[in-house]
Amino acid sequence: MTIETPPSDPGSGAEVNENAIELKEVEGLSQGQIVFRRFIRHRGAIGGLFAIASVAVLAYTSIGVGPVPGWWKFNHFSPNDVINPGGTPTLGVPTWLGGSGFAIGDAPFGQDEIGRDIFARTMKGVQTSLNVMFIIGALSAFFGIIIGAVSGFYRGWVDQLLMRFTDLIITFPVLVIGAVLGKLAGSGGTIWLAVVLGAIAWTGLARLVRGDFLSLREREFVDAARVAGASNFRIIRKHMLPNAMGVIIVNTTLLMSAAVLLEAALSFLGFGVRAPDVSLGLMISQYQSAFSTRPWLFWWPGLFIIIIALSINFIGDGLRDAFDPRQKRVPSARAMEKASRRDAAAGV
Amino acid sequence: MIMFFVRRLLTSSLVVLVSTLFMYVMVDLAIDPLEDLRLSTAPNKQQLIDSRIALLSLNDPVLVRYFDWLGGVGSCFVGDCQLGTNWRTGQTVTSMLSGAVLTTLQLITFSTVVAILLGIMVGIVSALRQYTGFDYSITFVSFLLYSLPIFWVAVLLKQFGAIEFNTFLADPAIPTWFYVGSIVLVGVTLMAAVGGPLVTRMKVFGFAALATFAALFYIDRTQWLADPGLGIVVVAVSAVAWAFVVTTLSTGIGDRRSLYASLTVAGIGIALYYPMQYAWYYLDESWPLILGLGALAVFVGVVVGHLWGGPDRWRNARTAALTAIPVSFLLFIDQLMSSWATYTSSGLIKGRPIATFGSRTPNFDMGFWLNTLDLFTHLVLPTLTLILISFAAYTRYSRGSMLEVLNQDYIRTARAKGLTERTVVMRHAFRNALIPLASIVPVDIITLVGGAVITETIFSWFGMGRLFVQALGGNVIDPVMAYLLIVAILAVVANFVADLVYAVLDPRIRVNA
Repeated sequence: MTIETPPSDPGSGAEVNENAIELKEVEGLSQGQIVFRRFIRHRGAIGGLFAIASVAVLAYTSIGVGPVPGWWKFNHFSPNDVINPGGTPTLGVPTWLGGSGFAIGDAPFGQDEIGRDIFARTMKGVQTSLNVMFIIGALSAFFGIIIGAVSGFYRGWVDQLLMRFTDLIITFPVLVIGAVLGKLAGSGGTIWLAVVLGAIAWTGLARLVRGDFLSLREREFVDAARVAGASNFRIIRKHMLPNAMGVIIVNTTLLMSAAVLLEAALSFLGFGVRAPDVSLGLMISQYQSAFSTRPWLFWWPGLFIIIIALSINFIGDGLRDAFDPRQKRVPSARAMEKASRRDAAAGV
Repeated sequence: MIMFFVRRLLTSSLVVLVSTLFMYVMVDLAIDPLEDLRLSTAPNKQQLIDSRIALLSLNDPVLVRYFDWLGGVGSCFVGDCQLGTNWRTGQTVTSMLSGAVLTTLQLITFSTVVAILLGIMVGIVSALRQYTGFDYSITFVSFLLYSLPIFWVAVLLKQFGAIEFNTFLADPAIPTWFYVGSIVLVGVTLMAAVGGPLVTRMKVFGFAALATFAALFYIDRTQWLADPGLGIVVVAVSAVAWAFVVTTLSTGIGDRRSLYASLTVAGIGIALYYPMQYAWYYLDESWPLILGLGALAVFVGVVVGHLWGGPDRWRNARTAALTAIPVSFLLFIDQLMSSWATYTSSGLIKGRPIATFGSRTPNFDMGFWLNTLDLFTHLVLPTLTLILISFAAYTRYSRGSMLEVLNQDYIRTARAKGLTERTVVMRHAFRNALIPLASIVPVDIITLVGGAVITETIFSWFGMGRLFVQALGGNVIDPVMAYLLIVAILAVVANFVADLVYAVLDPRIRVNA
């Protein structure tokens, strides 16, 4: 009598488990995973991400959004009693830096001439900037991708028409068109302003996406997909777009940082966000003549604009380095000498 | 070639035409000329509204008004421009424009030149020292400058660069922290830029620190800021130093003929120091004369280079001509500085020379040198503001472009052939790195004429940007349309020039029609 072990079929539990661990070790990384790992190592980008996350959390929770209240006791529009004479900030510097002892106080950023809390107004301005930034980024990415992809993929007269249309918009400096459109739309609130600005900011992205698609469309995988019977839309969406993602993501983040500065500049000139809405640029414009006597009205909004724009720039740079396949990190001459000295000392 | 021009001209005109139509409709929607009348409480309000509607033909449809305006623009081709009037002040747009364009050109010329030169230089050095501390700090600084809101910086400069600095000038004693700060800054920057082994860097740091300290000490002790002037010694030393620097970059110190040609030009400049001061009494000073003298200096440099002979005269000529530029600039600056004391103590200036408002001191007219000083002191702050942002952009572009070039095979070949680092960088890498920049620089320069809006608003320079902002804010359509027309024309001209320059510089691109 022979004992026959039942033949194991490929789908049985034990064999799959054994191979699964080995397979996972040699499994290839997806593009997203590679990019993520390289991004994490870029210290500037992670610093920027941390900074903007903290600023966003602070801004949205301190005075609340819409119907949800915040934890800060003042809001951005009602006048309060003046705490320090002249509205000077109650923020205390620690004694070892020469101040009166660390304290936040009721009005750490000071108050303006009618008693409105500057901290609340700055946070509201930061909210405006962040909202405008995200809306402009999303809209520009949307329009830029569609126009660039269609233009680059189909070529011919569609390409010519769309590119001439893009050139029409590029002809003018963004500040100029933004000023005209801002005057048109500014009185309708910040969201409408952001929508209108997003409708003109996509041109750079469209050109880059078009360039990418022009070269991608000659690649073999596009031919392979077409031979397999894919429709044009499927080829664009499933095959070409993921390959162009690097360019799109990097340029959208850089565009967002430019959008923050653009909105601040337009509000400064009077063509962007209008009173009673609060914007950082508007605050700087209102208080610029008070700089010598009440500098706190002026420093904090500017500082927050810089923090937001700088963080987004660093994130964009980190993303660009993460997506760039040609990056070779060659050790500097000093590092090489140090390593060779270490090897010599170890007797290698 | 002619076909290329003609075709480009036709398409550009079409683009400009369509964009003006576009913008006219948008501006008409955006502005409301009756805005201030709607809020007025005058008893004859309705009459005022009606008369303004009749004046501006506001009841006509937009397209009719557009073609009316276009007809006015068309008459420019027959020599009689009718771009409309500013109905609030009665001034014709053409007279507003001529003043505005000139003012803006004055504002942007100097800042553009300095930003390009400095930005490209720093960007290239940064690319050559990739991954070092110098590279990281320059990248961080350029990011920071890129993220600065220009209006915030301008207000800060007004406070610290003008008001505080003017107060400082009244009693110029340099504080200790400035000594320490500038020595550290200059020393560390030069040390990092030069690179190389530790000993060389330490020597460079020591030398730079000593030079900075000596200069600051001299400025402090002799109250130089009250009555500046370069004097023949400083001019001589600087001219010789410039000759060496230019020769090193252009052909390398080893090329003796070029070196001697540059030194000859420097010597000519030094010899002309005293004669020029007499000459200014007899010459009728004006800007064309100054620029003409500069061109003459370059010509003299070319001639001197040729006279030194040798196997390649044009190399000597190029080096000598390039040296002539900083040397003649030194002489000009020295002459300008000698009028500084008179300027500062004059009645209208009263010891506060750095200005924050406008492009001239009103009612100030005391001769060419003092007027030029007046213009320069009004230019200082806006130029600094414009330079800060442009510098960051140019550093980024040139660094990226240089990095791409340095990774190419021909650079590796050049190094493998045994060429000196200077030859590899200046003759091969530098020229190729400049090509992509050549397509960006013309566009940047030409579009800056319409783009310095914020700087002009803050410093109250009545240039193109200010014209636009005031007209748009005052709901006056004609100046706005004139501004947009000029910006559109300049943009297409800039793109055309960029394409042409790119085609000329890069032999791989053939301008095919």
